[in-house]
Amino acid sequence: MTEPHDYDNIPGTYVYDSERGRVGYPLNMFCMSLNKAENRKAFKENEAAYLDRFTLTAEQRRTVLERDWLGMLKVGGNIYYTIKIAFCDGLTFQDVAGMMSGVPKETYAKMMLAGGRSPDGNRYKDAGGAAAEDK
Amino acid sequence: MAKIVAGIACSHVPAIGVAMDRGQTATAYWEPLFKGYGPARDWLAKLAPDVAIIVYNDHASAFSLEIIPTFLIGVADRFPIADEGFGPRPVPTVQGHPELAWHLAESLILDEFDMAIANEMPVDHGLTVPLSVTCGQPAAWPFKVIPICVNVVQYPPPTGARCFKLGQAIAKAIATFPQDLRVVIYGTGGMSHQLQGERAGLINRQFDTDFLDNLTKDPVSLTRISHTEYMREAGSEGVEMVMWHVMRGALEENASEVYRHYHVPASNTAAALMILDNRSIA
Repeated sequence: MTEPHDYDNIPGTYVYDSERGRVGYPLNMFCMSLNKAENRKAFKENEAAYLDRFTLTAEQRRTVLERDWLGMLKVGGNIYYTIKIAFCDGLTFQDVAGMMSGVPKETYAKMMLAGGRSPDGNRYKDAGGAAAEDK
Repeated sequence: MAKIVAGIACSHVPAIGVAMDRGQTATAYWEPLFKGYGPARDWLAKLAPDVAIIVYNDHASAFSLEIIPTFLIGVADRFPIADEGFGPRPVPTVQGHPELAWHLAESLILDEFDMAIANEMPVDHGLTVPLSVTCGQPAAWPFKVIPICVNVVQYPPPTGARCFKLGQAIAKAIATFPQDLRVVIYGTGGMSHQLQGERAGLINRQFDTDFLDNLTKDPVSLTRISHTEYMREAGSEGVEMVMWHVMRGALEENASEVYRHYHVPASNTAAALMILDNRSIA
């Protein structure tokens, strides 16, 4: 971080700002390419070879190949882009949200049916809520 | 003259479109949400507008990070349905209204809103889900559509206050269009939701309720909510609610609430639909 922001102390949240945008551009543009059916096919056939077409860092590449959804955000991934990899895998937004928050799919679905994650205790990093620690 | 007859606030959760496209609206999970859409569809069908201005955000469909327009207006006569990564939604192509759209573009730019202009663009769930929610599944959409895109993907989006002023400028432009057109304006996205990070799944019913109440009670107070407050209180993607201010700014001060539906959850999101009647001042 080059300069602090007033949103930095929101827990478990990766704001896609200029700093993440600069780092994440190649990763997100790879994801963008998956809007085309022929690219989805090529990616599925040989993920590593397909990724060679883009200038991802080694860590960005790892997060994609290992489907480390939270890791992708930490290396500049934007959720509206990285979700396109999940669509390739036949996953939904809710599947990925569950994985990012580190709970089983059923637990996450149950939380949503019960009204979602409460903001109480989850507004500030030091507030001690379930999402208060960046993992 | 053209006139804005109603404003519609509508969440644009992609899963809502998928549920409709796959015929799942009567399942135990979706039925409570879709039940609440019926009265709004009836009301809108009766209103029978000629044109809808739909304020939404593109989600890495028409635009990537290559070029990020803060405000953009679509002036095409048709807008194809985007492939967002799982094939285009099976819904009708969206028909534009180039004459009114160009009038809006010219008027807005001369009114100091520096719009980007798109002659060609596919539209994604941000625009088509609100159409599906409010029109059902017709063979063709019942009115022409003018898309207005607002960037909310790359921080920072335009402020709520700026969005409200854009709405006011849209109202001015509509009022000077010489054809007798009845126009509705949609503000889409929201309500509280967070799709990313360890805090994914955040919902704030109190924030949402206050926001819905204040759309009629005190809309100007809502324009003072900062981006950080949206993200902290309503989730990182809750900041989409700035787009509702464009809609609200285009309406009369005393526009009245005629319908409200709020449901949790639609996938990861608190979904709302509100109709504001703008005909109280004839």
